[in-house]
Amino acid sequence: MTSSKIEIPGEVKSDPAALMASLQLMPSPVPNPEIKYTKIFINNEWQDSVSGKVFPVYNPATGEQICEVQEADKADVDKAVQAARLAFSLGSVWRRMDASERGRLLSKLADLVERDSVYLATIESLDSGKPFLPTLFVDLQGTIKTLRYFAGYADKIHGTSIPMGKTVKERISQMWNFPLMMTAWKLGPALACGNTVVLKPAEETPLTCLYMAALIKEAGFPPGVINILPGFGPTAGAAIASHMGIDKVAFTGSTEVGKLIQEAAGKSNLKRVTLELGGKNPNIIFADADLDLAVEEAHQGVFFNAGQCCTAGSRVYVEEPIYDEFVRRSVERAKRRIVGSPFDPMTEQGPQISREHQSRVLEFIQIGITEGAKLECGGKALGLKGFFIEPTVFSNVRDDMRIAREEIFGPVQQIMKFKTIDEVIERANNSDYGLVAAVFTKDISKAMTISTAMQAGTVWINCFNALSTQCPFGGYKMSGNGREMGENGLKEYSEVKTITIKMVAKNS
Amino acid sequence: MPVIGVGIHQSGGTASASPTERKNYSLSSQPANGYEHQSGNGFNHQDHNSQNADGLETNALPTPIANPQIVYTKVFIGNEWHESCSGRKIPVYNPTTEKLLCEVEEADSDDVDKAVRSARAAFQMGSPWRSMDASDRGHLLNRLADLVERDRLLLATLEALNCGKVFLVAYFVDLMATIKTLRYYSGWADKIHGKTIPVDGEYFTYTRHEPIGVCGQIIPWNFPLMMFVWKIAPALCCGNTVVIKPAEQTPLSALHMAALIKEAGFPPGVVNVLPGYGQTAGCAISHHMDIDKVAFTGSTAVSINLSTVCLCEQLALFWFCAFHSCTNELLYCNHAAHMVVTGYQVGKLIQKAAGESNLKRVTLELGGKNPNIVFADCDLEYAVEQAHSGLFFNQGQCCLAGSRVFVEEPIYEEFVRRSVEKARSKVLGNPLLPGVDQGPQINQKQFNKIMELIESGKREGATLECGGSPGGQQGLFIQPTVFSNVRDHMRIAKEEIFGPVQQIMCFRSISEVIERANATQYGLAAGVFTNDINKALTVSSALQAGMVWVNCYNAMSIQCPFGGFKMSGNGRELGEYALQEYTEIKAVTIRISQKSS
Repeated sequence: MTSSKIEIPGEVKSDPAALMASLQLMPSPVPNPEIKYTKIFINNEWQDSVSGKVFPVYNPATGEQICEVQEADKADVDKAVQAARLAFSLGSVWRRMDASERGRLLSKLADLVERDSVYLATIESLDSGKPFLPTLFVDLQGTIKTLRYFAGYADKIHGTSIPMGKTVKERISQMWNFPLMMTAWKLGPALACGNTVVLKPAEETPLTCLYMAALIKEAGFPPGVINILPGFGPTAGAAIASHMGIDKVAFTGSTEVGKLIQEAAGKSNLKRVTLELGGKNPNIIFADADLDLAVEEAHQGVFFNAGQCCTAGSRVYVEEPIYDEFVRRSVERAKRRIVGSPFDPMTEQGPQISREHQSRVLEFIQIGITEGAKLECGGKALGLKGFFIEPTVFSNVRDDMRIAREEIFGPVQQIMKFKTIDEVIERANNSDYGLVAAVFTKDISKAMTISTAMQAGTVWINCFNALSTQCPFGGYKMSGNGREMGENGLKEYSEVKTITIKMVAKNS
Repeated sequence: MPVIGVGIHQSGGTASASPTERKNYSLSSQPANGYEHQSGNGFNHQDHNSQNADGLETNALPTPIANPQIVYTKVFIGNEWHESCSGRKIPVYNPTTEKLLCEVEEADSDDVDKAVRSARAAFQMGSPWRSMDASDRGHLLNRLADLVERDRLLLATLEALNCGKVFLVAYFVDLMATIKTLRYYSGWADKIHGKTIPVDGEYFTYTRHEPIGVCGQIIPWNFPLMMFVWKIAPALCCGNTVVIKPAEQTPLSALHMAALIKEAGFPPGVVNVLPGYGQTAGCAISHHMDIDKVAFTGSTAVSINLSTVCLCEQLALFWFCAFHSCTNELLYCNHAAHMVVTGYQVGKLIQKAAGESNLKRVTLELGGKNPNIVFADCDLEYAVEQAHSGLFFNQGQCCLAGSRVFVEEPIYEEFVRRSVEKARSKVLGNPLLPGVDQGPQINQKQFNKIMELIESGKREGATLECGGSPGGQQGLFIQPTVFSNVRDHMRIAKEEIFGPVQQIMCFRSISEVIERANATQYGLAAGVFTNDINKALTVSSALQAGMVWVNCYNAMSIQCPFGGFKMSGNGRELGEYALQEYTEIKAVTIRISQKSS
């Protein structure tokens, strides 16, 4: 279940199979990558924080410090907003630029990310504990595709002319929070629409985002269009949310913080708000489903990225006739999951992001046991160093248990039993969250009924986590507000203006 | 007007080769990588001094590649180069010197069959092209744009050599538009959305916008490269496969593009390029039972001199006489032995062939006789300049040419005076040389047709203000020509001349000019110059034209739809609208057990 030596993560070729794989087909991480950028990025320049403060960034696989990063605070946010405001002022290079040229810059940025993708995946793994290969194939691909997708949209944001007038879209400035792929999810649509950006990466994972800043400058974006401020939520994040010179705030993170941000927007200047928050997502498996597929997809659906996904399918509802067999196979699969160094090509699961987060997940597991769910496997911390947790499966989970209601954000799978379609629809929807849902069945009527009945922004049929740049992503209910990605993502970054001209002679 | 001929040393040119003729295509873009240092400043080395004499910043401007090698001369099918089935070849000329540049393989109906089989195979379900992600199709188009950017100097040189275009214009306008078109449609590939539709009953319905299939595309010689990408980019973006026929006069840039298409990584059979004649290969495409769609651009007038009928012309004659038998009023016979088929007539033949064969979808971009309306309250200097370049751009060989300039009475005489002055300042010469504004016409037939129309203008009583004769001792040059006192019934006011001949008419009232501007079978583009917002809006909504420009002319952009009302065409190219011309809509309805809004 674990790869040979998780005590020494960072050691690339620790295991013979891994050595073979890395030598033959797979791209390898950059050995001992240099961390080049640790400052605040404002106006295309690297700056020290106004307060002079720095904060440490850790490798979660070892618990060791990687480097220190300048800590942005309210004063730095003010500076960045000033720069972004200037870059957005009437007549600026950015405002006068052809939309197709904005697209071209985003496309160049995608090319640069592609050029440096092995390096970026390496520091992303180092900083967040994600296994290197999925980072390269999922996160980096997702980043590049998102940038290219929105590059193409820049000159296709059409107004409509309405019998009698014309509407034209305008732009807003904005900011946000998370690592590399999220950077692209936020930057892509914001820049395609012509906004300027003040962006705060999470304090745990600022490194790839800072490297992107260097690429942004290299791609040729004018100064001030994108400003990147590593910092903490309660200081820099709060300053952004309540800033009077910011027109829009976009946030990805927890529901508690999402509520604070919407409140701050209301209190300050009624800035527009989009939120991508948590989920407790139902995954419904009918007895007629392809069982192997459903077990594997449900497994990946919850354990992907060490369970640290807002889309994690953490409530698996299985129809009674196949329940026992489904649990048996899921446990078997979880036991085979390889936990280890993110740089080992065999690794499926790395560490949790931090010591505090690891403790929080372990606490949830204890609560599950106490409330009477059956711990089928896992349940403990793992390894001598770093923040690893065993892949954990609970069966006989009831809907009222905390592990069935709250977002765990860790490698913990809850499997519930259901008897009828009406029952499972009601139970699946009985949550404050509404981000994603999935259904596994060969019966087209069941698939259609469930997919129309689910209160969720995304529904997958016979698949899970099938995200794409082209599809809108976002939540019902307390899972968020607004949509990212796809054409819908553009609406969140533009204002519609109606222009009406008086005509002397109408001619249809 | 000064003339720079082949080998003629240019000394007195006042105007510079003016890339600023089109403001829509950015001039700020840098010359393509590496090639700036290419040696050979000009087609003809002895003219090096004249560049400096003109005071042009020659260091900043790109220069053509000296004696470029013509590598690709065959038929391109399935990503491979083929000889033509018949073994015949087409001679390709440089219109500046009228000398043979090379011969290319001549595709005929057998080659079209081969190409269609290849395109059909590439379109089969499960093929690499059909199973490719839409975003990857977009990425291939973007890569093709990168390759065009890399070969920009060479392609611009080929356009200038083969088409007689002014090199700098080819470089800044045609090549820029080519690159931008590819990038624009590269972005659309994964944004062609279907819809879900709330149908009545217990059903769920969604639409898929699917590629049509094998598209036959036939393009003209006036913008060989730009037309090539206007056609292939939306077709490929939507997932179609293509059999494209460049004009027989100008196949070279299209064949170079074929090589780049292969290099970019398009699967075999997705794009097939077949140089050939309209009467044979073009006819085979429009009649083919296994081509699902045909797109044609023919803004050109094809003239046929009966006294020198060659084999293909006999075929052509047969072809359009068949057409003549059912629509008899559209064939012009001026002199006993001289007949002209205008663009829209070929368009009619194609639509008819589509009907006769398999009801393939048809889009047509045909000719224009475009009105440009100038009110007395406009910025006069600017209107004169825009009307001038709106007509003389590309030697007047544009379907968009603003060839009917209607000027309000109070400023009429001054407008004519300034227009003549402007026309007289134009520099004719070898289009590869800096300082040249106007190159040769494409071939002898076009030259003859233009000269014949100029004669008719004089005969019918228009005032020839300037020009009206061939330019220089040799080559296919025509002096920039301006007619005033032109009346609407004259042939020069009704027929598409496709040459450097400007007609200026006088008008008194807005309702009069609207009626006169619309009194034509064409309806491609129109311009209006005025500072009065009411006049601008009234005229722009009243004109029967696919594009109306207010206080500008030829302000084309990739993002805007392009196409004609009435006999100027059918359908739209460019912008989002072009996607409709290359997709079929499929409505999928699924029975559901219970509706939930």
